[in-house]
Amino acid sequence: MDARVSAKIQSVFEEPACEHNQNKDEKARKKGCTKQLSPGAAAGGCAFDGAKIALQPIADVAHLVHGPIACEGNSWDNRNSSTSGPQLYRTGFTTDIGELDVIYGGEKRLFKSIREIIEKYDPPAVFVYQTCVTALIGDDIEAVCKRAAEKFGKPVVPVNAPGFVGPKNLGNKLGAEALLDYVVGTQEPEVSTAYDINIIGEYNLAGELWQVRPLLDALGIRILSCISGDGRYNEVAQSHRARAAMMVCSKSMINVARKMEDRYGIPFFEGSFYGIEDMSDTLRQLAGLLIQRGAPAELMDRTEALIAVEEKRAWDRIAAYRPRLEGKKVLLITGGVKSWSVVAALQEAGLEVVGTSVKKSTKEDKEKIKEIMGEDAHMIDDMTPREMFKMLREARADIMLSGGRSQFVALKAKMPWLDINQERHYAYAGYEGMVDLVREISKTLFNPVWEQVRAPAPWDDVAVLDLSDAVAEVA
Amino acid sequence: MASVRESKKACAVNPLKMSQPLGACYAFLGLHNTMPMMHGSQGCTSFGLVLLVRHFKEAIPMQTTAMNEVSTILGGMDNIEQALLNIKKRANPALIAIASTGLTETKGDDVDGYLRLIRAKHGETLAGTEVVYVSTPDYVGAFQDGWAAAVKAVVDAFSEPVTQRVAGRVGVLPGAHLTPADLEELRELIEAFGLQAVMVPDISRSLDGHIPEDFTPTTLGGATLDDIRSLAACQHVIAVGEQMRPALDSLAARSGVPVTLFERLSGLTAVDALVALLMRLSGKPAPARLKRQRGQLQDAMLDGHFHLGGKRVAIGAEPDLLFALASVTSEMGADVVAAVTTTHSPVLEKVPAVEVLIGDLEDLELGAVGCDLLLTHAHGRQSATRLGIPLFRVGIPQFDRIGAAHQLSIGYRGTRDLIFQLANTFIANMHAHGPEDWPLPAEAIAAARGGTAGACNSGGSCSCSGVTEDIVVPIIPAR
Repeated sequence: MDARVSAKIQSVFEEPACEHNQNKDEKARKKGCTKQLSPGAAAGGCAFDGAKIALQPIADVAHLVHGPIACEGNSWDNRNSSTSGPQLYRTGFTTDIGELDVIYGGEKRLFKSIREIIEKYDPPAVFVYQTCVTALIGDDIEAVCKRAAEKFGKPVVPVNAPGFVGPKNLGNKLGAEALLDYVVGTQEPEVSTAYDINIIGEYNLAGELWQVRPLLDALGIRILSCISGDGRYNEVAQSHRARAAMMVCSKSMINVARKMEDRYGIPFFEGSFYGIEDMSDTLRQLAGLLIQRGAPAELMDRTEALIAVEEKRAWDRIAAYRPRLEGKKVLLITGGVKSWSVVAALQEAGLEVVGTSVKKSTKEDKEKIKEIMGEDAHMIDDMTPREMFKMLREARADIMLSGGRSQFVALKAKMPWLDINQERHYAYAGYEGMVDLVREISKTLFNPVWEQVRAPAPWDDVAVLDLSDAVAEVA
Repeated sequence: MASVRESKKACAVNPLKMSQPLGACYAFLGLHNTMPMMHGSQGCTSFGLVLLVRHFKEAIPMQTTAMNEVSTILGGMDNIEQALLNIKKRANPALIAIASTGLTETKGDDVDGYLRLIRAKHGETLAGTEVVYVSTPDYVGAFQDGWAAAVKAVVDAFSEPVTQRVAGRVGVLPGAHLTPADLEELRELIEAFGLQAVMVPDISRSLDGHIPEDFTPTTLGGATLDDIRSLAACQHVIAVGEQMRPALDSLAARSGVPVTLFERLSGLTAVDALVALLMRLSGKPAPARLKRQRGQLQDAMLDGHFHLGGKRVAIGAEPDLLFALASVTSEMGADVVAAVTTTHSPVLEKVPAVEVLIGDLEDLELGAVGCDLLLTHAHGRQSATRLGIPLFRVGIPQFDRIGAAHQLSIGYRGTRDLIFQLANTFIANMHAHGPEDWPLPAEAIAAARGGTAGACNSGGSCSCSGVTEDIVVPIIPAR
């Protein structure tokens, strides 16, 4: 392994802010936080996938994938991370290396690619992603990026997370490391205020950030940088001047939050935008941290006032659905932070969560679930699709909420399903998002289509099979 | 007709191309009770799987050997062994079909050798499950090459020499560019003559969107191993698309079965050729409903030519799909102004365009400036928006629409519908003329006013009629 990648992975594994990691002994820690994958029974993305997910939402950057066509050609423009301006992040750039590059090395092609991108698109920065094949043949992307940055006078950032070093979650962290090493702290903001914050690990899927941003705007809290949803290169470069930070989405970018605290003294907390109480708690924590860092104490009064108004407004709207949804059973198949943050939200809507998957959840996530659902929470570690199908078929759940991967398990069982993963097109954050989620669940559960698709075919229908009446009529 | 050129850019921008192993696994998905598997890192499978799920809106069985850095360097035999045993235990398929990736090809894994050793070691455990392997490095060729290689590997592995042929049985080796609906149409055409069709692979039975009674972890529907074995005993085998020639030639060489390759089955004359063959094979006349369908197509062509004639179209598609679409549109009088494809093929020279470029969607977008319509997969949506022209979605992936599996473009009916859809797209986007669409040139205006444009050199300071100042030449927005 490239010694630099190896050292990076080791440092990510030793993350001191990760309690999960601290509870392990020396040997277990060295092994890292990645479960060994089982060939023939594995699912999920690779480290490259994770790094790309983490960084691609930075909208004005050209994201260049150095590798064969599979890595970009099979996967580009497939996420719904929204932008309020530049579209360049949706352009697929790849060196698309061929057989000769594998033999002679792909560094020259990479260098030329960076030049072509800068000449044609003039982005504020180019991010270069390493992949398995180019890592294996020894292409030194750090060296190429360094040379290109000097030559073209523009930041060219190597993201060294080839797929085969581990799973998606590790890639999130390795991608984030590239920001820490090459971007954060390289520019100064024009103005700083006592209300400047960073949001870390929020990807603005389906525009969710915009369900939250108006709340912050109303309070006068400025998002100095969101890493990385609807992000801009310069904002990330200036993010070291924030007064406080919120870390979203469990542990995917804990290293950014923790290292920015170490380096720049920016305190952070882990929060969620999913669920009404979670949203309120997040606002309080943000206000609290800013006040600690010198913002006027009246910020908290305004925050509480805003929370009171918005909570009531959301509850009133959700209350309308409660009679319909009360007691309906939900199966929640997702990972990480959503395993608990959505549970709280669903309970608020009167739904009963009959199971939640914890395959990708950390120990803390599981603790949170117990806190919310009680000690006897039905946590599903690794449910096979067949088991999910059976559970739905037997109507032990009325609706499944999951990612796109398992949607057909539900649909083929002729059971309602709602997408709550990265590929979804509905936004479920903040107070607005929770009302929307409840509306979507209700819309899905009560769609007349279920009754129709479950109706027997004429050739299976006993009433139809008895043709004696018809025969008599003809006679 | 066309000259073929390769893009000389170092950086591919907005890829049109997808990789070989994905094409191979797509072919494997057309085999019944099968588990396709990529020998590579888990991301290789994950990306491909997500792409196909989003295109078909179906569960896609596909596994990975989950190679990591260490296993790559030491060789992937252990991973393949574990994967086979795991899949056997969990899914017990009739066939495990393996495609290599860029990663394991760079290392140089001898998978054929591994499989011999694994079979020797686990013969009993793996009994009842066949294993087939195809070499498909990501850095060579494209999606349809992977499909073609996979079909050839399957045919070579399982088709058996025969002593007797079954009259009336027609084998079909379809290309990757045919949809489940296309295969269904082809089957109906063959059956219309009282013949039976055996398709390998057969995605019309596995990816056509059915609702099974129970959950299955493997493919459900598609060609069975017996179907593959029976190919050699067919009365005749046809292949659709130039990409299938190696597989077809190999089958013919092994078994002596008579074969015919159709470069395309879209377009009146192309379908006529198929119908002529089916008449010969069956010894029966064409049924009345086919004759009606042919008439409907003729009528559609007459109605459609008003809308397609003279239109400038840009097409980005894999070679065989490009050839079929370019042929139909140019046969309707449209002009294929830009043709971009993914990989080399002998059929490219026959594409009715001046040039075919092996390139990406950036190349297509540049070539499509001034065109009326863009035909490519869903990734063309950004280009079409920038160009301000409609996008007609063809090929894979079409992740932002539903019903891609049922897009029909072969046979009389399919060509008829394709023409309707193309024509309707033009009609829907017809430019309504405005009063300023036909401006006179300055010269004409000046002449009409009894002067000569630019005749006054006083720069407007004199009191002459100032012909130059009054001339308004509207700027027509580029379409």
